[in-house]
Amino acid sequence: MITMISDQIKAQFVKELIKKNNRPDGRQFLEHRSISMQKNVFENCEGSAICHLGDTKVLAGVKIDLATPFPDRPNEGMLSVGCEFSPIAHPNFQAGPPGEASIELARVVDRGIRAANAIDLTKLKIADGKVLGVFIDLYILDHNGNLTDAAALAAMSAVKNALVPKIEQDGEVYKLNHEERKNKLPLGEDVVTCTFEKIGESIVLDANIDEENASSGRLTFGATTSGLICSAQKSGSAGFMLDEFDNILDLTLEKRKELLKLL
Amino acid sequence: MSSSNPNKPKLIQNGKRISGRSFTDLRPLKITAGVLKQADGSAMIEWGKNRIIAAVYGPHEVFPKFLTDNRKALVSARYVMAPFSSLEDHGRSGPNRRSIEISKVAKHVFENVILTNKFPKTIIDIHMDVVQSDGGTRIAAITAASVALADAGIPMKDLVAGVAVGKVDGELVVDLDKLEDNHGESDGAVIISPRSGEVLLFQMEGLLTPDEVKRTVRLASDAALKVREVQVAALKERYAQVASEQGEQLL
Repeated sequence: MITMISDQIKAQFVKELIKKNNRPDGRQFLEHRSISMQKNVFENCEGSAICHLGDTKVLAGVKIDLATPFPDRPNEGMLSVGCEFSPIAHPNFQAGPPGEASIELARVVDRGIRAANAIDLTKLKIADGKVLGVFIDLYILDHNGNLTDAAALAAMSAVKNALVPKIEQDGEVYKLNHEERKNKLPLGEDVVTCTFEKIGESIVLDANIDEENASSGRLTFGATTSGLICSAQKSGSAGFMLDEFDNILDLTLEKRKELLKLL
Repeated sequence: MSSSNPNKPKLIQNGKRISGRSFTDLRPLKITAGVLKQADGSAMIEWGKNRIIAAVYGPHEVFPKFLTDNRKALVSARYVMAPFSSLEDHGRSGPNRRSIEISKVAKHVFENVILTNKFPKTIIDIHMDVVQSDGGTRIAAITAASVALADAGIPMKDLVAGVAVGKVDGELVVDLDKLEDNHGESDGAVIISPRSGEVLLFQMEGLLTPDEVKRTVRLASDAALKVREVQVAALKERYAQVASEQGEQLL
C-alpha cells in the first residue's frame, strides 16, 4: 500500500532499521503488537467482533440464514467469507467491487476455518435441501498492517459468539426468527493465523504498514488449538528457502498460543 | 477435502493409488512450446487430463499509462478456466474469486523470476487458459507459463516448476489428480525455483501436522525437478524447430 513518495522513503528506512536488528516501533522480530478483542459489538447480526491489532482494526460480522446446500454436499451447511476494504480504512482503498487483495484475504480466512472444521457444517442440515448458511463478512476499518491475522482473529471470535436464530416450521416452509436466538453454532477447533513478512533477509512477525511496504513477500499459516496446520498462503514475490519455511512453521505453532487465548 | 462425503472411494489400495501410480509418480506430462502464432511466446501443457494453454504478450506499453513503473516492467497474470473445462456442470465464463486469487499468486511467482528491471515502463502479460481441468491446474498453468515466457525470450532467473502434494487416505502423495483432489485430506500447491531452491508459491488447505507440511514442501521440491526436465525438453525442441526453419539465415 504505497501511496506517496514518503511511503517509499519510509520503506527504505525500515529496511535499514531491520538490517540493524531494529523495528520501527521497537518490537522484537517475533513479537506481536498489543492485541485486544471486542466481542458481540452489534445486536442485529448473529455474531460480531472487532480485532484491534496495534492500530489495525478489523470488524467481523456473522449472519446466519437459510440456504440451499451445494449439490455435491447435500448434507452440509454453507460457509461463506467475504471481505470489504472499506474506503474508511486507507487512502488507497476505493469503493467498488472487491479487488484481488480483498478476495485473497477472504479466501485465506475461509480456508483456515473450513479446513480445520472450526464450524461443524455437517450439523447445519435442517431438512432435505435446506441447511443453515453461515456468512462471515470482514470489514477493514483501519489498515495499519497485518490484516490477515486481525481478520482471522475477528472472524473466529465472531463465529464463536454467534447465536443461531430459532428455526420455525410452517408445514413445508422453514423460517428463521432472528429475534430469538439461543444456541451457539456447532464448533470444532479454534483457528488462528500467523503472518510473517520477509524484509531483506529477515523474517518479522505481525508487520505494521510501514514494514509491509518494505517487505518483499509474506507467508501465512493457519494453526488449530491441537497444533495442526490447516492452511497456508505465500504471497508477494519473495521466495522462501526450506529452512525458513520450517522455521516459520515452528514459530507459528509457538505463537498461536498467545492468539488462541484472546478468542 | 471432505471427510464427510459418503461417496468417497478408496484412494489407496495395496500401496498403490487408484490410478496405479506410486506415491511419488507423476501423471503423464508433455509440454509443447510455441503453439500460438500471434503471442510473443506460448506453450501448451498436457498433464494427466489437464489441457492448458499459456500465452505471453510483451513487454509492451502500459495501459492505463499512469500505472507505468519507471524502474521496472510490470507483470500481469490471468488464470481462467473455460466454462466447458470440467467434467461436471457448465461453468461460468470469466474470472471468479478462486481464479482471481490464483492469478494474484501466479503474478507474484513471475515477479520474482523475470528480470523486470531490464524493461522499465513496460508490462508483460501472462495468460493461462485452462481448457480441460483434472486437478492441479494452477501448478500446470504456471509451469506452462514459465515455458511460454522462455519462448517469448523474456530473461528470467529460472524456469519455475511445481507440483501439488496432498494427503490421501493418510499418505502424502505427489501430483494429485481430480479424484484425489476432491476426496483427499489436504491439498498443497507448490512452485519452486529449482536453481535457488526457493519456494515461490505455496497454498495449502487441510489438516496436517507441522511435520507433514514440511514433507509436503520437500516432496514437491523433488518432484518439481522432474517437471523441469520436461520444460527444458520442450524448449530444446522449440529451438531446434526455429533453427531448422531459419537454418539458411543462421548460416
